[in-house]
Amino acid sequence: MLGFIARRIVATIPVMGIVALFVFSLLYIAPGDPAVVIAGDQATPQDVERIRVSLGLDRPFLERFGEWSWRILHGDLGTSMFTGMPVTQLIGQRLEPTLSLMVLTLILSIVVAVPIGVLAAWKAGSWIDRGVMGFAVFGFSVPVFVVGYVLAYVFALELEWFPVQGYTPLSEGLWLWFENLVLPAIALGCVYIALIARITRASMLEVLQQDYIRTARAKGLGQRPILFLHALKNAAVPIVTVIGIGMALLIGGAVVTESVFAIPGLGRLTIDAILRRDYPVIQGIVLLFSFVYVLVNLIVDLVYTLLDPRIRY
Amino acid sequence: MDRRNFLKSSLSVGALAASGGLAAPAIAQGAAKTLKFVPQANLANFDPIWGTQYVVRNASVLVWDTLYGVDSKLEPQRQMVEGEEVSSDGLTWTFKLRSGLKFHDGEPVLAKDVVASLKRWCPRDPMGQMIKAIEKELVAVDDKTVKWVLSKPFPKMKFALGKNNTPIAFIMPERIAKTDPFKQITEYVGSGPMKFAQKEWVPGAKAVFEKFADYQPRSETADWLAGGKVILLDRIEWVIMPDPATASAALQGGEVDWWETPIPDLIPILKRNRNIKVDIADPLGNVGSFRLNHMHPPFNNVKARRAVQMALNQEDYMRAVVGSDDSLWQLLPSFFTPGTPYYTDVGGDILKGPRNLEAAKKLLAESGYSGQPVTCLVAQDQAPLKAMGEVTADLLKKLGMTVDFVATDWGTVGQRRASKSPPGQGGWGMFHTWHAGADCATPAAYNALRGNGDSAWFGWPNSPNTEKEITSWFEAKNAEEEKAAMGRINKAAMDDVIYIPTGFYKGFQAWRSNVSGVVGGPIPFFWNVKKA
Repeated sequence: MLGFIARRIVATIPVMGIVALFVFSLLYIAPGDPAVVIAGDQATPQDVERIRVSLGLDRPFLERFGEWSWRILHGDLGTSMFTGMPVTQLIGQRLEPTLSLMVLTLILSIVVAVPIGVLAAWKAGSWIDRGVMGFAVFGFSVPVFVVGYVLAYVFALELEWFPVQGYTPLSEGLWLWFENLVLPAIALGCVYIALIARITRASMLEVLQQDYIRTARAKGLGQRPILFLHALKNAAVPIVTVIGIGMALLIGGAVVTESVFAIPGLGRLTIDAILRRDYPVIQGIVLLFSFVYVLVNLIVDLVYTLLDPRIRY
Repeated sequence: MDRRNFLKSSLSVGALAASGGLAAPAIAQGAAKTLKFVPQANLANFDPIWGTQYVVRNASVLVWDTLYGVDSKLEPQRQMVEGEEVSSDGLTWTFKLRSGLKFHDGEPVLAKDVVASLKRWCPRDPMGQMIKAIEKELVAVDDKTVKWVLSKPFPKMKFALGKNNTPIAFIMPERIAKTDPFKQITEYVGSGPMKFAQKEWVPGAKAVFEKFADYQPRSETADWLAGGKVILLDRIEWVIMPDPATASAALQGGEVDWWETPIPDLIPILKRNRNIKVDIADPLGNVGSFRLNHMHPPFNNVKARRAVQMALNQEDYMRAVVGSDDSLWQLLPSFFTPGTPYYTDVGGDILKGPRNLEAAKKLLAESGYSGQPVTCLVAQDQAPLKAMGEVTADLLKKLGMTVDFVATDWGTVGQRRASKSPPGQGGWGMFHTWHAGADCATPAAYNALRGNGDSAWFGWPNSPNTEKEITSWFEAKNAEEEKAAMGRINKAAMDDVIYIPTGFYKGFQAWRSNVSGVVGGPIPFFWNVKKA
């Protein structure tokens, strides 16, 4: 097992290298110029050119890529062209809100999606099943920002239960932290709940047809232990897989959700950086997200061995 | 107590136990005189000389002070300066600083700081460059006196040092002002009425300003950048909200106090809310611009430019930009801002009256237009530009032109418009932008009106007549001469179609009714603003 983990971690290095090259190249060929944004609308072309030179944007691709890669290898993600702050500091400022949102969404999604998926499978063909599947279709179909606006209108503006926007750090109080994240987590969680609920239902349906489930029923075992101890554990591998794959959905969704609810997280930092062409920040965030994604997949692979003893690496 | 606070109080008992009662300071902080403001854009950098975006300027007027400041009549008034002397030949300016001026680090403001600040400002500002070109000497005579010796009179000196157009001639401590003007400063120490809380700055999310207790406001009544900048708040928090619907909801919910740029679609909702006041944000508004590329066909031919000018209906553009509220826009047969002292529409007849599409088509044919595509760069992420771009595509098609509609983002337009290549090889034919009305009141800081060919603003118009008249405006000795020169500039620029104004329009600002002292202007002025 330790050998497997070591191999996977080592394998992460070339993956990150390819991501780095890809991101750098993509930004190099993408249109847009940070110097133009910095200089402002009234600047002359000469001003813009001087700023380009001062930012080093006039240097050849290989020279810039080489310097950037060297810094990355030393743990330095560079400095934002706009704020003058180190990218690590900018990411550090934004990490807590995004992590909080994602963790809360993940918990909410699993707590809601798995039981309703199990319920739908147990009551397959009934109105409960149809209701759960109807919700899943809704969750997939309605964009995150629409759900966000509706939630904000109903629960923040009309009922005044929660704030419309913003983020309060956990250190300033659990409730203050929680109340800012409830609506965004629900909005972001909709699609995730739909995805997990559907997979849970499908996987459970397959398992519930197995002989050992019939045997369990025959020997008089109750519904709850059958569903949650015997069936769910055996149906869990695809569910865990989809939770892992769904992290990409969550990262993408966080970008939109953070904009709608004005949460100062990594998603908004990404959008701001892209609109301004703040290359070091874009590169730093994409590398971070790629690393997180690779890490989540590693964790998923490890969880398989806990769920199914037959799986060994 | 509203429902949310009630719910908060009820449900936070357990949470308080878990968190050690940390909710209390946040509630107490809300009771302090903190004003939460939603600015027009993200404060991504904070160097008003290096980055000349309006949002940077707007934040900078809180932190840095100026020698002079324009009032609402755009007249420069003394601000940091106690008095000035101009030699009889107009070549030597001597400025005396007010007593008691201090920087936020406690150091006094000295003449050497002024000299270093002006040296950094000059290369980045069009008027500064003009002064620099005729400068013989800029020195600190003593701690309070600065002398600027020129080789030629520069009558607009006070305006240059007090104007509100970016970059403003802000005064910084010498050690900061010695930074290369093309490199960003990293320390934000000024002598303005508020201090910048650098540690609390989260670019893209929040910027905080705290009252500077040692600030010495002037005794005159505040009027835009002039007069006494009296701060009646302890703290101003800029909350960045990229989504207008969220900002609207936050304002309605009382989570923020003042929103600088609500979009027209949301104004009716805000106006219906009795806790919110809505008014024109800036009486000087904006001038919409149809910018043409004078270097390449078809718009390198003045007849093709005039054909578009003749056919263009400003009403179509303005309705597309601001909607059905007629109080927000007006036709503009001029390059200058209506309502300002020197406004003129001399030579602007071609933009007045019913449009004549047939005559325009004839003129276009005379230009030799042979169907080559007109590359229209249209930024989709800027609502006014998207709206104008769609009207233009329709207009050009009606004129019989082939339209290459490039729907892109503002960042890409910003880069591509700098290309002098032909439209088919990465260049362009036209793009839309807008100019703040405050920048268009006179030719002083109006780069977009220049007609100096290769050195001109994007599109590179070559109009010797316009250039000659701009020079005559700078040399004007009195208001009458200035006004006459502006008439001649307007005519020359219209004749050569430097660009085509698409109309004059204004926007709203909105604030909670417990906030008072909000005034309209090109900058959100926080002095004398109170929160009950």
